[in-house]
Amino acid sequence: MGYSFGELGSIFAMQAFAGLILFSVFVLMALGLAIIFGQMGVINMAHGEFMILGAYMTFLTSHLFQTYWPNGYAGYFFVAMAVAFIVSGALGLLVEWTLIRWLYARPLDTLLATWGLSLIMQQAFRSIFGPREVGVQLPDWMMGSLQVTDLIEVQINGLFVMGLTIIITAVVALLLYRSRWGLQVRAVVANRAMAGAVGIDTRRVDRMTFGLGCGIAGIAGSAFTMIGSTGPTAGQLYIVDTFLVVVFGGAQSLLGTIASAFTISQSQSTLEFFLSGSMAKVTTLLIVIGLLMLRPQGLFVLKVRR
Amino acid sequence: MSSDKRPPGLESPFRRKLLLGTAAASAAAFLPSLARAQQFPTAQVNTTGLAVTDSDVTVGILHSVTGTMAISETGSVQAEKLAIDQINAGGGVLGRKIKFIQEDGASDWPTFAEKAKKLLVNDKCAAVMGCWTSASRKAVLPVFEQYNGMLYYPTFYEGLEQSKNVIYTGQEATQQIIAGLDWVTKEKGAKTFYLLGSDYIWPRTSNKIARKHIENFMKGTKVVGEEYFPLGHTQFNSVINKIKLTKPDVIYAIIVGGSNVAFYKQLKAAGIDLKKQTLMTISVTEDEIDGIGGENIVGAYACMKYFQSLDNPNNKAFVEAFHKMWGPKTVIGDVTQAAYLGPWLWKLTVEKAGSFDIDKVAAASPEVEFKGAPEGYVRIHPNHHLWSKTRVGRARADGQYDVIYETADLMEPNPFPKGYQ
Repeated sequence: MGYSFGELGSIFAMQAFAGLILFSVFVLMALGLAIIFGQMGVINMAHGEFMILGAYMTFLTSHLFQTYWPNGYAGYFFVAMAVAFIVSGALGLLVEWTLIRWLYARPLDTLLATWGLSLIMQQAFRSIFGPREVGVQLPDWMMGSLQVTDLIEVQINGLFVMGLTIIITAVVALLLYRSRWGLQVRAVVANRAMAGAVGIDTRRVDRMTFGLGCGIAGIAGSAFTMIGSTGPTAGQLYIVDTFLVVVFGGAQSLLGTIASAFTISQSQSTLEFFLSGSMAKVTTLLIVIGLLMLRPQGLFVLKVRR
Repeated sequence: MSSDKRPPGLESPFRRKLLLGTAAASAAAFLPSLARAQQFPTAQVNTTGLAVTDSDVTVGILHSVTGTMAISETGSVQAEKLAIDQINAGGGVLGRKIKFIQEDGASDWPTFAEKAKKLLVNDKCAAVMGCWTSASRKAVLPVFEQYNGMLYYPTFYEGLEQSKNVIYTGQEATQQIIAGLDWVTKEKGAKTFYLLGSDYIWPRTSNKIARKHIENFMKGTKVVGEEYFPLGHTQFNSVINKIKLTKPDVIYAIIVGGSNVAFYKQLKAAGIDLKKQTLMTISVTEDEIDGIGGENIVGAYACMKYFQSLDNPNNKAFVEAFHKMWGPKTVIGDVTQAAYLGPWLWKLTVEKAGSFDIDKVAAASPEVEFKGAPEGYVRIHPNHHLWSKTRVGRARADGQYDVIYETADLMEPNPFPKGYQ
């Protein structure tokens, strides 16, 4: 192709950046699911819907700000993320208490139950917010890009997602590895029966984990209003990629999730540049399948006594 | 179905309105329709056992109100109900009130086929307004052909189809594409095009037609890129980089559904200003802009046959009636308007045929004209598609389009275009 070196250099930089944005998006999507799956072995099929719940909360918050406090509009997004976390997290706790906890011994049933939950949530969104997509307006400062050179532009919302991902990942890592709750979680993951025997309230740990996972999904959904659509079934757009990242990473490891998100996002964005969108996806999936055949347990695995 | 069967003096809807007016003045509003129904005895206008009685006729509405496609199909259902309401208020069809049975296709193609069969076989619907995606239409087509039903299909689509049992009230691909490409080449001096689309039959066929037109029928123009993305794709940064590198004069985008929102948001975030970079789409109606957000797509050009902002008396009345029935905030896109045409065209055809019989309605369809269409005059072509004008609109920040161009003549529907396949 007839590009100059300068152009190729800039494109390389922008592609790398595009890959990093995709990486952040994947980590943000997968984090909540990975925590829940890793801790309780529950595959939350309604994960995408919890994300969209967060997106709808952002939509509502933006409307409230527009109506009651237009001066504070520039900062509404931070409030929206907090609201999204609280509402999705609270719903997560409720779902765990009413539905999931009766099914712990039956992992396949949790799959079915959470899938049913996802359908219920979709229809609820449709009844409450209407079947059409809603447009979430962003404050002006979040749109647009920083011009670095003639060709290189850095997207502000991309930077925002990256920053957010780093913060949330750091908080989760701190919680898991430096807090008492994290210690309990890791104990339960390592050996549930034994953890119960030494006095850890495994039920409570489960509930908190599920709530936290759903809350993080809510924040992710809130952030994705910047790059994607908000409609009753939009959660389905993310769910496949999310599962891919979690399964590929090895379900019980935070590091695995991050490494797998990195691998998938980089290969996808690089391939997308050289192939067309659909072909890039096919190739990425083939690579993942190939690697999973070699390492069925995923990239990283905790040593768990069975 | 020959015209001499019709009673004299009742050919045109206008005269019928006059008749109605006189009757209403005599303070017996039901009389004219009753009298009219008596002029067309049920045994005569319904020889095949459709759901037609002395006082009413049943039609079906078959769209998705649940599932992914509910986003798009809601507007069509609303438009069809409005049209039926208005027709009933004006005296119905051959003096009979239209009753409708609504079924939910649930965004699932086999369900569409099953419900279509129910509407035709159990409910004996005289006509069905329905379907949205090509996949759902392809699923119900054999049902309509086997049980001899009549389908009014509202969506702009890829063409390559024609059936005695279907009236296509939206545009087929050549009507929508060719005029737009000619316009953008002439007005914007465009030489290079980058084609984008979601990965399924409609965008692929449409881009194929666009490519043929760009390469073979226009002079000095070429395609510099063509790409497809899986439905629901949400990450467009790589292709946006490619666009920046190839600097096409025109981005030609046929992206649908949730991907649309992601695409335009990311395009804006990447600093591509659609007020400077020409982008033409055939897949973004006012409905989609609701989800995308007007501020993210302002400046883009859309090429279709109808925009809510069209300035003509028919459309003003239509928009007003629509807002009265469904709330002032609902937007009306191209397909919604095409769905509104369905019941009206069916009514006019039935009255031309003087019969509800499917065969007679199908045979009478060619040359039926509807002067009250919000988009302006339309006429059914012998290939069961509509003659219609094509328009180019430019997106405003408030989610509406400014109509900036319309073809001088009606575009002929050409579902099997020579040289474009």
